[in-house]
This record gives sequence, C-alpha cells and structure tokens, in this order.
Amino acid sequence: MALLWLRFALACYLVGLIYAFFALTRTSDLFSRVALHAASLGMVFHFVSLVELFLSDHLLWTSVHNAESLLAFLSMAFFMIVYAVYHTTSPGVVVFPVVFFLTFVAALDEQPVLQMSFIQHKGWLIAHIILIFTGYAALVLSFGASLLYLLQEHRLKSKKPSSLISFLPALEVIDQIGYRSLLLGFPFMTLGLITGSIVAMSAYGHIDFSDPKILLSLLMWVVYMIMVVTRWNSGWRGRRAAVLATCAFVAAIVAWAANYFSTIHRFAA
Amino acid sequence: MRYQLIGVNHKSAPLEVRERLAIPDSRLPDCCRDLSAHPGIEEGMIISTCNRVEMITHTTNGSADLRGFLHDHFHLTAEELDAHLYEFREKDVVRHVFRVASSLDSMVVGEAQILGQVKEAYATARAVGAVRSQLDQLFTRAFAVAKRVRTETAVGSSSVSIASVAVELAKKIFGSLQGKTVFIVGAGKMSELAARHLIAHGCESIFVSNRTYDRAVGLAHRFNGQAIRFDDLYDNCDKADIVITSTGSPQAIFRREHGEQFLSRRKNKPMFFIDIAVPRDVSPEMAKLDGIFAYDIDDLQQAVSSHVADRHHEAELAEAIISSEVERFEAKLHTLDVVPTIVSLQDHLETIRQAEIDRVRSRMGPLTLEQEMAVEALTRGIINKVMHTPITTLKTAAREAEATTVIDVVRRLFNLHDKEKGPASQAERESPAKKKIETRH
Repeated sequence: MALLWLRFALACYLVGLIYAFFALTRTSDLFSRVALHAASLGMVFHFVSLVELFLSDHLLWTSVHNAESLLAFLSMAFFMIVYAVYHTTSPGVVVFPVVFFLTFVAALDEQPVLQMSFIQHKGWLIAHIILIFTGYAALVLSFGASLLYLLQEHRLKSKKPSSLISFLPALEVIDQIGYRSLLLGFPFMTLGLITGSIVAMSAYGHIDFSDPKILLSLLMWVVYMIMVVTRWNSGWRGRRAAVLATCAFVAAIVAWAANYFSTIHRFAA
Repeated sequence: MRYQLIGVNHKSAPLEVRERLAIPDSRLPDCCRDLSAHPGIEEGMIISTCNRVEMITHTTNGSADLRGFLHDHFHLTAEELDAHLYEFREKDVVRHVFRVASSLDSMVVGEAQILGQVKEAYATARAVGAVRSQLDQLFTRAFAVAKRVRTETAVGSSSVSIASVAVELAKKIFGSLQGKTVFIVGAGKMSELAARHLIAHGCESIFVSNRTYDRAVGLAHRFNGQAIRFDDLYDNCDKADIVITSTGSPQAIFRREHGEQFLSRRKNKPMFFIDIAVPRDVSPEMAKLDGIFAYDIDDLQQAVSSHVADRHHEAELAEAIISSEVERFEAKLHTLDVVPTIVSLQDHLETIRQAEIDRVRSRMGPLTLEQEMAVEALTRGIINKVMHTPITTLKTAAREAEATTVIDVVRRLFNLHDKEKGPASQAERESPAKKKIETRH
C-alpha cells in the first residue's frame, strides 16, 4: 500500500516538474497555483505512505528507496515553509525536479525488509536518519537558491530586464532563502553526524575513518561549515557562495553514493 | 448601427488646435446637450482630455454634419480645423471607442487614466440625457472590453518613467524598500525626483552630499535627511543601500577600489547605484564587482524603452481582442436590428387574422365555444406556419452582411414601412410579440 500512495504522490509531483520546466520560459500565476496545490496533495499522499511504512516496520526507512522517499518529503516540506514565509514558488524550479527524481526512484519497486545488527539502537538510528535528511533537504534548497541567485544577479547585471525570467523574486529575498536554509540545515546535519557516530560506535566499538562513507560525510560537513562561516563572517554570496553550495551539494551526492562502497554504512539492497 | 464620430487627438492635431477645442468640465453638460440637439443627431457624447477631443454620436440617418457642429460651436473655420480632424462611421466608431477605452490610442499606451476619463464623460452625458440606449450599449461594452484587455494582456503593467524604472530595479534587488537607506550624491533635480519615488516606496533614511555643502543641507532638510560633507563621502557611502549620483565631475568618482571598500564594510550586502551623471560617476570597473549594481542613464533609458517595446507586443494582443469584440458587438446589434421587423410582421399578420375572424363572425352569426376554439386554432396555425420561414430567414440574415437588404425586402413585401413611422410605433415596440421574440434570443 505504501508504494501505491507513493505513486499517487509521484503523479502529483509530476505537475510540479512540468511547472519547473514551464517556469523557465514564461510566468503564469495560474500554473504556479496549480503546481502548488498539486504539490500539497502529493505531500499528503507522500505523508500517508511514509506513516504506513513507519507503522509496518520502523526500520523500513533504512532501505535506500525509502530513505530517498523520506528525503524527497523533507525537501518538499522545506519548499512549503519557504512558500509560507516568502510567497514565492520559484525555488520549485530546482526543488521540484529533485523531489520528482527521488520519488520516482523510490516508487520503482518494493524493497526487502532490512536485517541489521543495529536493532538495539533503533531510536538513535531513526534520529540519525531524520536529522541527516533534514540537513540534506536544507542543502538542496540552499543549493537551489544559490542557482536562482546567480540567475537573477546575471539578469540584473546584464541590464536587459527581459520578461523571460521575471518570475524570480528579488535578489535579497533569494539570498535570505538560501542563507536561512543553510543556517537551519547545519545543526541538523551536525547532530545527524553525531547520532550516526553514536550508532556506529555502539555497533562496532570504533569509527573507521578510512571508510569512504565516513570520509565523504566529514568532507561534506566541512564544506557546509565553510559555507556557514564565510557567510557569517564576510557575507559571501553570489558567485562565491554558489560555488561553495555546489561543492557541498556534490559532496552530499558523493557521500550518498558512497553507501554503495562503504562496508559499515550499508542500506538494504 | 448609425454611429458617427469626429475628433482630434495627440497624433492628428498639435497642442494649439487641441487647446482651442478643449471643453472645460463645467461646460461639458451643456455641450453634450447641444450636440444631441443638433440636426440629425439622436444621441451624443463628448470626451475632452488633454490629448483628445472627440464627439461620439448616434445619428438618425448615419450622415450627420458633425463638422458643421464643430465649426459653429468653436467658431473655427474649415481651413483651421479640417486638416486635423478624423471621422469614423459605424463599425470603425465601435473599434475606435474600444481602443480609446482600452488605452491603445493613448500617447502612453496602457496608461490607466483614460478609462476613468471616458467613464466620467459617459456619466456626464448620461446625466443630461444625451446618452440613451444606443450609446449606452456601445460604452457599456467598451468598459467591459477595456477590463478584458487589462486582465488578459500586460499592456498596463509596466512603468515607463526613469524614476519608476529605478524603483522597480531597486525592488528587484532588495525586495521591499522598507527601511532602506538612500544616499544622494550631487543635488540635482532628477536625483531629487528619483529619491522622492524611492521614499514613496518605503525608503527611510536619506543622506545628501554635495560639493557645495549648503545645497546638500538644503536638500537634506527637505527630505528630513542628513547632509554629509563631500570629503566624508567615501566614509559614509557604505551606509546606503541605494546611491543616486549626479555630480558634474569629469571623472568617475566611484572607482573599483571604493566599491571593494564599501562591500567589505557592508559584508558584501548588495548596493544599487543609480548613475544619472553624464559623464558617468561610477566607473565600469566598479560596476563589474559582485554585489554592485550600477545603472547609468542609458541603461535606465533602455529599460524604459524595453518596457515600451513590451507594451507594443502586448498591444498587438490587445488589438486582437478588440477586433473580436467589435465583431461580437456588431453581430449583437444586427440581431437587435431585425427584432422590430419581426415584431411588426407578427403584429401585421395578427391584425389581418383578427379582421378576418371578425368578418366571418359577422357573416355567420355567433359561434359556439367549440367553433371559436377551432377557428382560433386553425388561423393561428396557418399564420405560424407562414411566418416560420421569413422569421428564420431574418434571424439568419442578421448575422450576415445582407441583413439590411433582407429587412428591406420583408418590409416592402408586407408594407411594414408606414406602420413603423406611425404613432403606433412606440406601442408596437412595447407589444407582447416583441417580448416573446426577445425571450427566444
């Protein structure tokens, strides 16, 4: 059943995806409203799917596909928070495709139930997953915002205020969206790594820093921290901030991919 | 449709001519009354704004002497006036009125003021009874069309003056201008205007700096701001989010190193420079810095004209809407045109029927109730069958160009002309037969 709900959600997100492509070429209030409603409906289905999954077996979230589903949901939740605060759907241009892709992969097929040795640390494990994924979702949004910032900056600098991308919010608004999601995501990411270490410590007795997953996760955290610090100290934004956000995003993807090479951090395949 | 229009506007006539034709508000009601009382005119309305003076009328035969009215009323000779006049009839009047109300005929296409002015003119003429059913229909539709154009196209959405373009750009950078700080460098008229626009949109603190300190103090006083000595300019400039600069300096006063200083002191928060000085006050090198957005007078001008170009594109969409609306209006009027003919045709046949029944009655003596009903049903049935084809033909013809010919033929065949013109015509218009037809439409 959970998979069915997820597929319903996917159908709703498809509207968002179409909006994302559409919004690049022209503005339509009506379409952004439709996309928003479709996305909200999608979130409802998605939520039902996640709850059902959680109720059936708490550890189901630890399969790759279900984890992707959770990440997609959290990214969408961030998008909705931004919409509530700033009344703009433009981050959807980046968020919708990412969410659609994650949900699509997650909705492909059912995953086998995981048998892990972490059963005794179930609470920590769930905390780790939720914290880390909230951090990831914030990162997705801040990455999206920095791309939009570049787009808007370029438009203002080129002094050809074409109507093509006039749907973008003001530069300072985009900047705030990016900065706030960065600030919000950082503690989640940090706590997520800490809880992860606790689980690993208690399961294996030590943390293997040569493991690719752990190494890359740390790298991602360092880039994340550099972003926060430079922004805090010298207000880096625009091109430099976008480069950093891209680095953090790439690091996050690589860290994610490392699940497939890591010996200690494995999802059920 | 016997509409007729005469007028001058900003394209057809120079200001001197428009000035002589302009009618002050106080005299407008009298003028409307005179116009509608002019020979050959049934209804009349006058639009008089600084860019146009137009007389829109509905005439008795479609060719009233509107030029004569203008010559008499304004004491102008034909040589003085005629070269500047334009005149429209019928469908062209409808199109013109729709275009004027939708602000497509305005000097600044899309400006919103004209619709209000037309509405006022309409209300004035209506109040004195110069506008009745025909012009009423036309203008009610024109207002609806104007609204449609405004909602379906972006013809009225962009702003066009340099100061408002500056405000729009500032909003694209900062979002809300609430609480933003403006620094005016070089007290000039244009920078003052731009500053006023920015303040009107929420900017709060104002700094003014000028080589002559006293002028800076004067201007700062007017804005309730703070004057800064020109020597302290670079130390204070980073406090401002928006800098309006218009000094007479032969070299750029803001160079790359200044920009870098400002940005580092502001923690890279963006700054918007509105450079209306010629030669420019902001060096192109500084304008390249991330976080510095500098627009010189040419850039602003370009933004203004790109808005105008956008409007042209939108205006094309609006023209398409207008064309379809003109067709619709025309079709509706034509249908209305055939209604009186159908009504008189029905009344005419009904009179014949009644007369024949009376004749039969007088010959045969009183009929029984059953006989009465049979005769009634029989005669009605015949009339309805006979009427069916002509009425259908009339209704079909109403949608085509041949409408007037068909109406004419039917009127001649049944000799309906005299009845229409007779004293009974008013009563005929109100007859139940008409109501029946109307409900069928």
